[in-house]
Amino acid sequence: MFKFIVVLASLFFASSVFAETSILNVSYDVSREFYKDLNPAFVKYWKDKTGETITIKQSHGGSSKQARSVIDGLQADVITMNQSLDIDILHERGKLIPKDWQKRLASNSAPTASTTVFLVRKGNPKNIRDWNDLVRPGVGIILPNPKTSGNGRYSYLAAWGSVIKKGGSDADAKDYIHRFFKNVPILDAGGRGATTSFVQRGIGDVLLTFENEVSLIINELGGDQFEVVYPGISVLAENPISLVDKVADKRNSRKVSQAYLDFHYSDEAQAIAVKHSLRPRAEAAADKYKDKFKPLTLFTIDEVFGSWANAQKVHFADGGVFDQIYVK
Amino acid sequence: MTQVITANHPPLRKRKQKNVLPGFNLSLGYTILYLSLIVLIPLSAAFIKTTELSFAEFWETVTTPRVVASYQLTFGASLIGAGINAVFGLLTAWVLVRYSFPGKKIVDALVDLPFALPTAVAGIALTAIFAGNGWLGSWLEPLGIKVAFTPLGVVVALTFIGLPFVVRTVQPVLEDLEAEAEEAAASLGANRWQTFSRVILPALYPALLTGFALAFARAVGEYGSVIFIAGNMPMVSEITPLIIITKLEQYDYAGATAVAVVMLVISFALLLAINGLQWWSSRRNGSAR
Repeated sequence: MFKFIVVLASLFFASSVFAETSILNVSYDVSREFYKDLNPAFVKYWKDKTGETITIKQSHGGSSKQARSVIDGLQADVITMNQSLDIDILHERGKLIPKDWQKRLASNSAPTASTTVFLVRKGNPKNIRDWNDLVRPGVGIILPNPKTSGNGRYSYLAAWGSVIKKGGSDADAKDYIHRFFKNVPILDAGGRGATTSFVQRGIGDVLLTFENEVSLIINELGGDQFEVVYPGISVLAENPISLVDKVADKRNSRKVSQAYLDFHYSDEAQAIAVKHSLRPRAEAAADKYKDKFKPLTLFTIDEVFGSWANAQKVHFADGGVFDQIYVK
Repeated sequence: MTQVITANHPPLRKRKQKNVLPGFNLSLGYTILYLSLIVLIPLSAAFIKTTELSFAEFWETVTTPRVVASYQLTFGASLIGAGINAVFGLLTAWVLVRYSFPGKKIVDALVDLPFALPTAVAGIALTAIFAGNGWLGSWLEPLGIKVAFTPLGVVVALTFIGLPFVVRTVQPVLEDLEAEAEEAAASLGANRWQTFSRVILPALYPALLTGFALAFARAVGEYGSVIFIAGNMPMVSEITPLIIITKLEQYDYAGATAVAVVMLVISFALLLAINGLQWWSSRRNGSAR
């Protein structure tokens, strides 16, 4: 009996001592592979630096769903997303983070980025070279639903911005986006769904998705069946990260969480990002790996749309520009 | 059961009859508590959330053309799916009860698969088969029949997930129905159709309607399998549960619950109507005998 109590007490003691040495990173769906490599690197770095052993727990899922869980009380010390909108909401709904969270870390708090590119079938039978080719009659475009998928939103905004950046007006862009969606036969709910439709079901002539997703398709699903086409201009898809202040303070994990976020900008982490075809944002790394990525003209969301919140309101909210394409 | 008992024993006491079985208060209390915890409280939360909207906002949210198109698809496809299941589920139950053949146990177990399968798996499998490059799709598409990524695909998915409900509700009733009744009908000169429509079907109506209602209710709420095969095009192949998810993705909780409330009300009204129909048919059936 005594032994039992000792064991119980030591368990209790252990858990109370080590409580703050595990942190939870709530992330989006397809960052799984990236964090599987990055987390062990940070654990080792932290051990070497402080002697503490920490555990990093991961949670992945659809990005808005993940953000909602954090608002509803999931104890996330850090949040890592693929669009700032899903982190902004933590300020708006739960006051879990300060309004200016994006100014706290370098490069808009986005240590990595990607961009929307085209994947076409081998030999590029429809001769798709740039945005204009997508709206030709007879071209089938596959992209996930912009209303449910961050990936789809970036593709939509890239298409819109491609017109604006060439000097077109909002009316031109609207006309383009209408013709664009005439060529879209299906709208999957998420990025992976769209990949499946294009790759496995053989639907459409071109898939619009993130550069890192494209390299995953080429590597894992058959590099001999597809080709990547880089459009003349595209959108910079930043992957922002943030501390969830309220949770970190409550769990007393601010120090290690902050170190974890800073680690994203280290040479080691940036190299891991490159391995997963994410574009590094830390200056040294961006310079070092510039041969690995095709230099593209990339515009930011803020540049063309003012802000993410504004783009969301004008284009994707109910009754917005996207809805008007389908409801006459 | 109660009905049978009262029918056999005409009321002996004139004053209001107390329940024969003890424990009514306690068991009803538990039933209401249980239903409240599991069903009513979560549902009322949905209603309360909706009150964040003014009535005008609520009405606008639930009557936008996209949302209305989704109601039509969801309820229409669910009714068609449940209807198909009522016919073929009855046939399946019939075969399983009345005949014995090798592999019957396996067929019987197969019926339950749509229950057990994660709906996403069902959706992916159906899409793989019915897509233009799939086993069936590659045959159907040259004939001009597109299934995957059309409303027809939605019907297929909803039919798939609803099948067990009809079979499993009709089967036990059919088992209880003695083959002698059919033999008697035949010996009295009824042809096969008359036997079926006058003897078997009336006895099966209540169970069949229950099965239909269950399959329908299941189909209305279905999300996982449909989104894979529907193609999810606004105004064409978008189901209402997807509209709700879409609104949640935009952090529009109130809008999502508003649409959910409308779904609830329509479903409840339809289920009530089906129950009413069932009550009516069992009464008519009971008095005929």
